[in-house]
Formats: sequence, C-alpha cells, structure tokens
Amino acid sequence: MQTRTLRGLYLAASAALTLAGCAASPPGAPHASYSPDIPWLERLSFGVNSQVLAQYQKLGRSGFLESQLQPTDERLPDPVARELAQLPTAPIDAEHLFVGITLEQRRINALPEGAEKQDARKRLNDQGNQAAYEARRRELLRALYSPAQLKEQMVWFWLNHFSVFEQKGNVRWMLADYSERAIRPHALGHFRDLVMATLRHPAMLQYLDNAQNAVGHINENYARELMELHTLGVDGGYSQHDVQELARVLTGVGVAGPEPPKVRAELRSLYRREGGFEFNPGRHDFGSKVLLGHTLTQAGMAEVAEAVTLLVHQPACARFVSRKLAVYFVGDDPPAGLVERMAQTFQQTDGDIAAVLRTLFTSRELAAQAGRKFKDPMQYVVSALRMAYDTRLIQNTHPVTGWLGALGEPEFGHQTPDGYSLQDTAWSSSGQMSRRFEIARAIGSGSAGLFDPDDGSKAPPAGGFPLLTTPVYYGIVEPTLSMRTHDALQSARSQQEWNLYLLASPDFNYR
Amino acid sequence: MNRRHFLRTGLAAAPALTLAGRLFAAPASSPRFLCVFLRGGYDCANFLIPWSSNFYYDSRPKIAIAKPDPAILDGALALDSDWALAPAARDSLGQLYQQRQALFVPFAGTDDLSRSHFETQDSIELGQPVQGQRDFGSGFLARLATTLTGATPIAFTDSLPLAFKGDAGIASMSMQRVGKSPFDDTQTATLRGMYVGSHLESAVTEGLELQQQMAQAMQEEMQAANRGAITTKGFELTAERMARLMRTQYRLGFVDVGGWDTHVNEGGARGALATNLTSLSVGLATFAQSLGDEWNNTVVFVLSEFGRTFRENGNAGTDHGHGSVYWVLGGRINGGRIAGAQVRVAKDTLFQNRDYPVLNDYRSVLAGIFGGMWGLSPQQLQVIFPGAPPLDLQVI
Repeated sequence: MQTRTLRGLYLAASAALTLAGCAASPPGAPHASYSPDIPWLERLSFGVNSQVLAQYQKLGRSGFLESQLQPTDERLPDPVARELAQLPTAPIDAEHLFVGITLEQRRINALPEGAEKQDARKRLNDQGNQAAYEARRRELLRALYSPAQLKEQMVWFWLNHFSVFEQKGNVRWMLADYSERAIRPHALGHFRDLVMATLRHPAMLQYLDNAQNAVGHINENYARELMELHTLGVDGGYSQHDVQELARVLTGVGVAGPEPPKVRAELRSLYRREGGFEFNPGRHDFGSKVLLGHTLTQAGMAEVAEAVTLLVHQPACARFVSRKLAVYFVGDDPPAGLVERMAQTFQQTDGDIAAVLRTLFTSRELAAQAGRKFKDPMQYVVSALRMAYDTRLIQNTHPVTGWLGALGEPEFGHQTPDGYSLQDTAWSSSGQMSRRFEIARAIGSGSAGLFDPDDGSKAPPAGGFPLLTTPVYYGIVEPTLSMRTHDALQSARSQQEWNLYLLASPDFNYR
Repeated sequence: MNRRHFLRTGLAAAPALTLAGRLFAAPASSPRFLCVFLRGGYDCANFLIPWSSNFYYDSRPKIAIAKPDPAILDGALALDSDWALAPAARDSLGQLYQQRQALFVPFAGTDDLSRSHFETQDSIELGQPVQGQRDFGSGFLARLATTLTGATPIAFTDSLPLAFKGDAGIASMSMQRVGKSPFDDTQTATLRGMYVGSHLESAVTEGLELQQQMAQAMQEEMQAANRGAITTKGFELTAERMARLMRTQYRLGFVDVGGWDTHVNEGGARGALATNLTSLSVGLATFAQSLGDEWNNTVVFVLSEFGRTFRENGNAGTDHGHGSVYWVLGGRINGGRIAGAQVRVAKDTLFQNRDYPVLNDYRSVLAGIFGGMWGLSPQQLQVIFPGAPPLDLQVI
C-alpha cells in the first residue's frame, strides 16, 4: 500500500519532533542531534509518542531520566485535567463520602421489603459501579496523557502491589481516593510511607478484613498479606506466630463509621480518625508483642508504625521489592547482580523508590534486555492507543476498560491480594494472543467508538480509522521492524489491515 | 467403572495433525480428566459437614449447618452416619452422589504448611516434593500430558496455570468473553506468519484456531437461544463450553474458580459460601450432562489449596487452615462413598489445635486415579508425582 502518501495526511505531525533515522523529515523539523535510545524510552513510558520524544530532545538522556524520577510537570491536557477535577469521586472529602454510603445502606436496610427498597438498592449499586468506572477512567487517562510516564507506570505497579478488589464491601467508592491519596503521593517516594498510607486507607482495611480485626476477635488476613505480599515475601523469614502477633498489633486499625465510637477516657488520646480511617483504641490489644524477635515498645498507632518500620527495614523487604521492580521493567528472571544493587540502594536510602529506579534505569542489565519484555495487557493497550492516536484525546474509555477485562487485567479487578502476575508467560497464552489480535483489529479499524462521548451516546462519525503511519512510526518503529513483520505490512489490503498487523506484530508486543 | 474399558480406548490413539501440529483426534471415547482448582481455600467443613461431631457445632456457633432433618426440605443431605452434604450442593452433587457418580475424600491436601494461598497453590500445581529444589517450569498436569499419548490438554483460563507449565505449548483460553468474529483465512495466515520461529508461534497458531472454534460454538449457542433454550452465565456457561471442547478434541482440562477466601461473614446454609458452592455444583452437574455419553469416560477432580480453621473466627468467618475435602466425579467412577483415611472429628484430632489434618496426600490420591484411568506404570507415575506412592482409592 501507499504509506508515503498517507503520511502526509497525518495531522498531528509535531514540528518539534526530531527523529533520527527518519527517511524524510517533515519540512521545517530540526535535524536530529542524537538518536534516542528507543528501547529505554519504551520502558520508561507506556509507549513512546511525540511528547516523550520532544521531552527527550529537550532534556537529553540523564535530564529526561531525572524528569521522570522526580516529575515536576504532571500537567494533563486541559479537557482531561478539568474532567478529573470534576469527577464526583474526586478526593475532596473521603470521610464524608464513605460515611454517606454507610448511612444510605443503613437507610435502605431499614426500609420494608418492596419496590422502594429495590429501587434504592439498585440506585446505590449503579452509583458504586459508576464510581469504580470513573476510578478506572482516571487511571487510564493519566497513563495515556500524563508527561510523568514513569510515575504513571509506578502508580499502576503499586496499585497492583497493594492490590484491592472493587467488588469487596464498599471498596468501589474508595478506589479513586485510594489511588489519589494512598498511592500517588508516594509512588516515587519512600516505601515506608507507601505501606503506611495503604495501611491507613479504608479500601485496604475493608478489602483485607482488618476493619473487623479486634482484640478477642482476631482476623489475621491483612497481617499475613502485609508480610507475605507487601513487604517481606513468602520466604521473608516470618512464622505463623509472627502473623498472629502482627494481627494483634493491627487490632483496632479500621474504617471510620458514621458516629465516633465511645472510647474510655484513659484511651481517648490514642483515638485517631482521618479520611475514612479510624484507629479505635477500644478495639486494640494492648498486651506486649514480639514481632520477628523484637519486643515492640510503643502503644496504639505508634506501635503499628513501629511494626511497619521493623518490616520495611528487613533486608528481605529490600530484596523482595527490588526484585519485583526488576521483574516488571527488565524481565521474568532478572539478573541477581542487578537486584542486589537495587536492594543496596533501597537500604542505603531508607527505601527511596526513585533512587532504586535510578539504579535500575542506569544499569547495563536493563539495556541488555532491550526489546525482550512482553507487554502486559495494560502496557499493550495503552501503548497501542498512544501509537494510534498520539496526543489526540480519546473520549470514551469504555472500550478500553473492556479490552483490559478481555485480556484478564482489568484495573481494580483482581480478586486475590497478590495482584496480577508480572511474568511474561502470564499474558501470552494462546487465548490471550488471539484476543490481543482482536483488540489490535478494533483499534486499527477505528470501529471501537473511542471518540464517542463517554456517556454512551453516539457522536457523528469522525476520523474513521487511525493512521499509524506517523512520524513516530517512520522515525522509531519502521527502522527496527523484523523482516516477517515488514512482509506482513506489505501484504496489507487496506490501512485498517495494515494497522492490525502492526499492532499485532511481535515487534509491537515486546518492549 | 470398567478399568479395561478406560485402558482400551485410552492408549490406542490414532493421531492426526492440525494447524498447530498438535495431536488431535484421540478416539471419541478415550478418558477425559478435568481438574477444578478452588482458589482461596474453600471451607470444606461447611461443604461436607461432619454432622456426627458435637465439636463441629460447638466450634461454629454462627455458621454451622444444621443436622440433616427430613422435616427441612433444603437441609443438609446425610451421606452416611458421619457426613452430610451442604444444602447448596444438594440438588446437583447430591444427585450425582446417589447415582454413585461422586465421592469425597476428606482430610486431603498437601504437606505444605505455609498457610499462604499463593505458596500452597504453587506447590500443589507443581506437584513436586515440598522439600528440595523446585522447578517452576514443570507442573503436574504438563507432566501427565507428556506421559500420555493423544490426550490433548487445554486450560480454560486466561493465562496458562502453573499446573500446565512445561515444555509443550498448551492451549489456554477462558470460556468467558469469547470473541464473535474470527479473522479471515488471509489474515489468519499473515498473523501466524509474523510469529513463525518465535517462541510464541504455537500459542498464536493455537489461539487463532481456538478462536475459530469458539466463534462457531457461539453461533450454535445463539441458535439454541433463538429456539428458546435458557441462556446460562457464570460458571455454568464456562462448564457448557468446556464440555463442548472436551467432548470433541481435548482430553485434559484445567479450570479455576475463585472467591473462597471467607474470612468474614461466610454464612451457613445460605450466604456467601453457599452461593459459591451452588454455582460451582450446578456448573459441574451441567458439565456432566453436556458431555452426554462421554461423561462415562470422564473424571473430574476438585481441589483447593487448603482447608480453613475448624473453629469460626471473630467475624463469622474462617481463617487459613490445612486439611481439605477433595471431590471426585465421573459417570462411571466407584462413587457414592466417602473415601480415604479418616479420623474422628474432635478437638484432640485437629492439626495444631486449629485445622483438619492431612491424611490423604493429594499427589498419592491423584497418582492412584491416573494409574487407574490410563493404566500408567509405577515409573510413569513417579515422573508425574516424584516421591509420592500411589494411593489406590478404587475410584475407577
């Protein structure tokens, strides 16, 4: 097919964009001063687009890395920024929101059986589903359009590491707040702050049942996962006894109800309440506790913080978190030397996530694995949309959340607390490959309704299929294509089919 | 069931090649095996109720299921003088049990004591000795598939489960959310062509082929629905589609079902666990029915990573435990009984004063079943479950 003529039609060809290896630079574009390290940028981002290239051009390699490790510019395109500020789930007053849901549930439960009760229940349920959808949409729009691409990947990574499931309890209403308040502020900060922020969030406390954990009514669910999945790893050197002791430490750590509880006068100073979180000393076990061989010395929430500090200072924690990061960015079986250096950085910097990532992104081990990591569904879908539409804003994210569901990686949709697998092999089964191709077809044919309004109404047909033959394609994709993929593209009978083959190709499915 | 019947049809496979270069077209009546993994550790004591044990009722004041009582229509179903079936499974599994097509193995499980979901699921799926170096690239079902001839495997899951990890590419596709329109021949050939020589080649080929088959299945389902058939959903729909594929070319299946981690408000005769049990049991009964005559050549094995604490916790739920109850279903199994080593259910027989003990190692139980189904030699069984002596529960 005539790709060269199509290129001229591409409207978003950014004049600021300079591409080494571009066969024919768009008129007026400055000449490439150096060739960007595309595989490296592919892993720093959810997919290289014109914005990433422009930033790289401006800042150079180390400047770009620093701008990603400590982002000062997280500006979203205007319509997206306005929308995110306006969503009803914006974390203005989480406590008010969560308590309001509880009160509404109480009111409904007190209604006599009948149509009114059913209607009220359905309304509340629909509202919950909408809140969950909006939380997913927020994450998607940021992943697609935020210039802080590494941070967006880390937000996904931590939401997965500290996974919560939307269908449990009232978690649906809490998702946006969980991301905004517990995860985002610490995504590139200190690991301990991240653990404490998730520990203090009602979504996690409800999801892992700690809201029910009280003296005399021990529930060890969260205590176990806090060590096994969040900090130490299953081989991290703790015992069943440690699980029980940590469960006692966590008694009284729960979710704020509509009315503050009655607390005995002598304990009142230990009561805490904030944003839907509550520490109720009346439910706490004040007996002495020994965790990992250390006798804890503090009381109340201070004891909880003491226990978390003890956990995150274990060498096992540094190794566990470092290895998981390396699996996500480098490969299924990351080199032990790299993991060791990352763990050293972790310990030397008191768990500074940005510092650990600097060790990772300046390592030769990462470079050696260029182009060998199979994209997980989130990386695949977001990168395909960034490739297809660059910075042109999609309107309707319902098809996108549907694709992530079909590929088995819906946001906030993992039932168990281990989160989604980071291994390549979890996403490349036969069924997943054919589904991925179906999604490539849907994106490539422009038939998915991405530019219809998000409320489900239909827009007048506009745009048709995307033109993937963009400056980004000619500059960074085409020069590296394998012969087989090149042949497949040559054989395409239409632009839509060409798009399908590019997005379905092995070249595009790895990074 | 007639052991010889299983053997005669099981080994004489006349292979035919498909697109994927895989051996299909085993004889129509060759043995089939479906492994159903209940992820989350299901509470077996509220499924198979030790109703002769007062300790059970003392330990579960909020969630115990009442003793069988003929006056209660949807009460527990007494299976013998010690055990009763949860009312949630009464109409589905209860019937199969009465037709001797179901048996239960209490005090079953592993010697993995981590009480971690993920660790224990992994160790079960690997099927290697818990002590010693593990090979995460070798699951027990993959080793079974390699040992057998012409027993084409498939996982009815989004991603390939650890149990099927091995050298051979094994088909894997969740039966929910199946696409309606396959690619045309040219596109299929082109898509495959891009992956020739890559290690995803067989996954891509198999995936495109499965996509064709499922699209056809969807059409047949829609035609049936247009004729007024009841449309199913959830696990029952998965079960119907699994039966469709296992009736034709697949012989070894794996599926997992989640939602069993009932730390809070587990419920008793009704509630969260009961709802899950009903959906699963009805689905499996549908699977049996949809297989038609081939149900007689089929064994379904249901397992979970561990049982739960015998006593209910402070939140009307149960925490991670140890011994479980496994299920064996099949058209011609020697069912209608409780099988394997047992112990009286009482405070002093609990493991670590907390859980059911494990008296029937799942590897030995499965080795016994595989041996019976396919006439495998002790050496072959040792490849599938190294170090596990087969336990013959006379299932086949």
